[in-house]
Amino acid sequence: MATVETTPGRHPEFVSYADGEKFGKIADAPIGYGHMKRKEDARFIRGLGDYTDDVRLPGMLHSAILRSPYAHATINSIDTSAALAHPKVAAVIIAKDLETLGLAWMPTISYDTQAVLAGDKVRFHLQEVAFVIATDAYAAQDALQLIEVDFDVLPAIVNCRKALDPDAPLIRDDKVGQTDNLASPMWEAGDKSNCDRVFGEADVVASRTLLDPRSHPCPMETCGMVADMNPDTGQLNIYNANQAPHAHRTVYAQVAGLPEQNIRILCNDIGGGFGNKVPVYPGYVCAIAGSIVAGAPVKWMEDRSENLASTGFARDYLMHAEMCSKGGKITGLRVDTIADHGAFDSTAQATKFPAGFFHIVTGSYDLQAAHCQVKAVYTNKAPGGVAYRCSFRITEAIYCVERMVDALAMEMNVDPVELRMRSFIRSDQFPYETATGWVYDSGDYAKTMKLAMEIADYEGLRAEQQEKLAKGEMMGIGVAFFTEGVGAGPRRHMDILGLAMNDGAELRVHPTGKAVVSLSAQTQGQGHETTFAQIVAEELGISPNEIMVRHGDTDKTPYGLGTYGSRSTPVSGGAVAVVSRKVRDKARQFAALMLETRAEDLAWEKGRWFVRGDPERGASIESIAEYAYSTTNLPEGLEGGLDANAVYDPPNLTYPYGAYISVVDVDPGTGKVHMRRFIAVDDCGVRINPMVVEGQIHGGLVEGIGQALMEVISFDDQGNCLNASFMDYLLPTALECPEHGLELGETVTPCPHHPIGAKGVGESACNGSPPCITNAVVDALYHAKGIKHMDMPCFPARVWAAMNGNAQPVQ
Amino acid sequence: MIVNISINGQMQSHDVEPRLLLVHYIREYAELHGTHWGCDTSNCGICIVLMDDPVSDQPPYPVKSCTMLAAMAEGYEITTVEGMAAPDGTLDPIQMGFHEMHALQCGFCTPGMMSTGRWLIERHPNPTQMTDHEIRDGISGNLCRCTGYDNIVKAIRWAAAYIEEHPESARTARA
Amino acid sequence: MQTPAPCEYSRATSVDDAIAQLDKLGGNARILAGGYSLIPMMKLRLANPGHVIDINPLERELNYIREEGDEVRIGPLTRHVNMLESDLLDRVFPHIFREAEAVLADPVVRNRGSMGGSLCQSDPAEDLSGVIVALKGQAVLRGPGGSERVVEMDEFHLGPYMTCIQPTEMLVEVRIPKRQGFGGAHEKVERRAGDFAIVAASSAVAIEGGKITWAGVACSAVGPTTLHIERAEQALVGQAPSEDLFAECGQMAAADCSPNSDGRGPADYKRHVAGVLTTRALSRAAATAMR
Repeated sequence: MATVETTPGRHPEFVSYADGEKFGKIADAPIGYGHMKRKEDARFIRGLGDYTDDVRLPGMLHSAILRSPYAHATINSIDTSAALAHPKVAAVIIAKDLETLGLAWMPTISYDTQAVLAGDKVRFHLQEVAFVIATDAYAAQDALQLIEVDFDVLPAIVNCRKALDPDAPLIRDDKVGQTDNLASPMWEAGDKSNCDRVFGEADVVASRTLLDPRSHPCPMETCGMVADMNPDTGQLNIYNANQAPHAHRTVYAQVAGLPEQNIRILCNDIGGGFGNKVPVYPGYVCAIAGSIVAGAPVKWMEDRSENLASTGFARDYLMHAEMCSKGGKITGLRVDTIADHGAFDSTAQATKFPAGFFHIVTGSYDLQAAHCQVKAVYTNKAPGGVAYRCSFRITEAIYCVERMVDALAMEMNVDPVELRMRSFIRSDQFPYETATGWVYDSGDYAKTMKLAMEIADYEGLRAEQQEKLAKGEMMGIGVAFFTEGVGAGPRRHMDILGLAMNDGAELRVHPTGKAVVSLSAQTQGQGHETTFAQIVAEELGISPNEIMVRHGDTDKTPYGLGTYGSRSTPVSGGAVAVVSRKVRDKARQFAALMLETRAEDLAWEKGRWFVRGDPERGASIESIAEYAYSTTNLPEGLEGGLDANAVYDPPNLTYPYGAYISVVDVDPGTGKVHMRRFIAVDDCGVRINPMVVEGQIHGGLVEGIGQALMEVISFDDQGNCLNASFMDYLLPTALECPEHGLELGETVTPCPHHPIGAKGVGESACNGSPPCITNAVVDALYHAKGIKHMDMPCFPARVWAAMNGNAQPVQ
Repeated sequence: MIVNISINGQMQSHDVEPRLLLVHYIREYAELHGTHWGCDTSNCGICIVLMDDPVSDQPPYPVKSCTMLAAMAEGYEITTVEGMAAPDGTLDPIQMGFHEMHALQCGFCTPGMMSTGRWLIERHPNPTQMTDHEIRDGISGNLCRCTGYDNIVKAIRWAAAYIEEHPESARTARA
Repeated sequence: MQTPAPCEYSRATSVDDAIAQLDKLGGNARILAGGYSLIPMMKLRLANPGHVIDINPLERELNYIREEGDEVRIGPLTRHVNMLESDLLDRVFPHIFREAEAVLADPVVRNRGSMGGSLCQSDPAEDLSGVIVALKGQAVLRGPGGSERVVEMDEFHLGPYMTCIQPTEMLVEVRIPKRQGFGGAHEKVERRAGDFAIVAASSAVAIEGGKITWAGVACSAVGPTTLHIERAEQALVGQAPSEDLFAECGQMAAADCSPNSDGRGPADYKRHVAGVLTTRALSRAAATAMR
């Protein structure tokens, strides 16, 4: 079997600018934190990335999936004979073939089961029905048209409220004992009776029903896999872009009954993830089964329609919320939510939190009481509920609370910034325990809010809005202040499928003083190869250019749960800092030997240990490394070499936050929203590489523009997915973003419990921007027309309807 | 049918089905994997390559290689991301600009985005004076999910400025 | 990635050769121009021609924009970018072509996508068709043996993805009459840049001596084909331009169009927008005509 050298071994030298002196700046890398251009760029700008569809193995076969044209139907029969007769078809797999392998159903990450291929029934539009393996991808698609399936169509449910009707058709009749469409029991957080008391004493109560509509993470690279089972050795190599390779390996071992040590997952480059590449999908199981059946490597690459219509969607939370105030300040919040999980509950959550971290819904405010309850339902829609650039439903929570603060401000007739400033958790209240039980680490919210107002010229914008209003023009100013909890998480509270949410790191400093650090986190574009090298550099004083970051190969990296929920820096970054300090401590022992002194008499400065009081007497990390591998003078208890391992168990989540302000203009004639400005001030604690941090914020903001203004997965009454291509699932282009650029600012409040004080930033912008933009659109509607609410997405027809008092949520 | 296409200055000749899309000719037959694909409906621009009509005096222009049959590309010169740098490895200014300005994250849209960016500079009478709108409109057929586009706009500007300062770097696929 | 069904490919050596091939293949073949309409349909297997005839080798012959007498003639392989950048078109028909082409798909599509491909796709939401309908262009269709017929745009488009072109015919030219005192404008509302229109309005007037002497008013995406708003055209001719008149025409457009509800919006919204955009387009067209 072929193997591929996967980790970043293909770095061409980066010296080839025409004017190297002026422009070839990689040599200027900081020894530690600071602006540094990315090491991984070298291969990407030359087209040398190595993505799943780039994998070529000898004898590799291709595949395609036949999908259901109906959202809900009984399968009477499947005739694959004509497809099998196609000269290029190697095999066709249907549910009953998988049954013999024990692979017809697979567990989801929320302890439900999901059909790999539908056998008895199809339960959502475009569900997987048959898997065709052929010698080329075109032929596999041709053969799909030769398969005959006899369906009996059943009524479909695509409305989460209707799913709860007593006479609604039972969607999961495959589950023993399931008598209704509830996917999980009601889950709640907060003190209900105290909350009712606070509402009873309130001056003003605002009430809204909010839909955070179904959207899709939609990375530019679709999902796919090459499965390569060696029938002679039983070794299974899996080439697959996924965000949690170690967890996937454990799942495959458990599902397929394969010995875990025989499974090797190779995540090469990943063309974006955003949560979409966390779950295990039916196509993956089919590819593995296909490789077992066909005795050859099998590639499955989904097309864009399959990606949008069948793999992990996001959101789909219907929230009835009330927020109240007393004495001009927010005092209470209660939320009753229905979560639409689709046909199978494969939401991404930590086990003990069936509604994820939704109960962080109290946001950035010092409330007297809060209560939230969530029930989850099955519908005839695709499964998923992945955390799309989101720490387990925090996006929904932030959308809820930030829309509600604006709603309450409208009822109170007070400026929305003013209400936030009055109600913030004060900086002297940290660590702060919220009404639903979270302990926030640190913050100075008012400072961050004020900076955003300053950059935006908030007062000036409000004055401009009044001038525009007088001329019949509609302008809206939106505000959001979010607090996220990220970096799951402490093992005493958090696991997925029983696996504690920790991450490992392994650091080897070679005899020449160069290093390799291996991670369990998995980059999908976040720049790990640069920033994690910078963490080691900061701790050890080795240039980040001389530190290779290895990831994406389960045979060569330590165990850990991967990259999602902004976990990389908070958890994996913690592991890398800790392992670097272990190496530094070991280096101290060697330095003491080299300098013929006691270890406790040595002091550290970046890159060297020296004798306290005699700074000239010291040893550099390079010389220590050489000594560590060569000395024969090893005392009892000190092993040769300079390396270490760590597993980081975070003591708490980290709590990044930010103040966002957006400005929109709405065409009163057509309802079209023009995104004029976006101001984002983020506080994510210590910034390792400000350039990378800002890049993360840029991307998240524009994903928020998409969710707020144009992206939605919707269904017709028959359950057909209406947004299964880029013709109808609209990602923002450069033209939908503020023409002269996004406006960023920063404050830095370090995390007190994190080894380097960082909080994580990957998802912040995607959390704060949807309510910020929606608030801006509603602000425009309110000032011009007195309209107090509309749901996302705010595309022209929907804004016009809202303008005319007909705001409706999408289905 | 035999389809002959010049890609990055090398004549390729492969026996393919007439329905084969150019993107698959490039990826599967010429084995140049730097050109990616991202949708089924010609919307995303991930698969963009530069195409030069040898009989035209226009500079090479971007085309969506998923929306051409390979057979249609006979007679044209195709430049993919692998052909952007000089044979000695010297990067094209657009490649430098994307690195300098952090205009890529996952790297998946980057080859197509750089191709379009290179063309915008090449065709503009005064590239350093391109407006924000001109650049944004120019890349509106290229979707990127990671960067939010701001740094891509800056990278295209960076490359335009570099070319002005270093005219010798302004090679085109035809040169 | 979705891929086309099996299909044969050939190149045309001349227009007559292309038509002879169509004739020989008997309805199973399609002309392939820029490809940006037909190939996506083939990938989705919504179009499954057994054979495509590539006319791109005829670029020199079929890519042109020229004035001939009192007409402007456009070749079928004229790329969208050529129309966008054509000084001739913008001189004879100020603004309207440029505005429509600037919002048609995206620049990369416009590099290859052709006038003929766009018109023959007969998508009622397509921008260029809106302009050519508003300007009352004519399509020249050639059949076997060199026979030609000239049809009005209203007869050319029969419905979504349906034209009057016979399987053995090819669109070989579009002819647009020139007008004295011309002004035109194209207004579009879309969900996102590059998307097909929710509604678009193409309007043009000729104004001489302070009176409207000719008017062309068309709306896209509000009917089975691009619609002429004939009542508005009649109401305009002979009148002095005024905002009230244009608002009245907008109301006619809203009343006379026949939109469907779909993912881009409900019918009542589209009706409303057809009115708003028609009024805006007429107002700007008149301002241009009176410059």
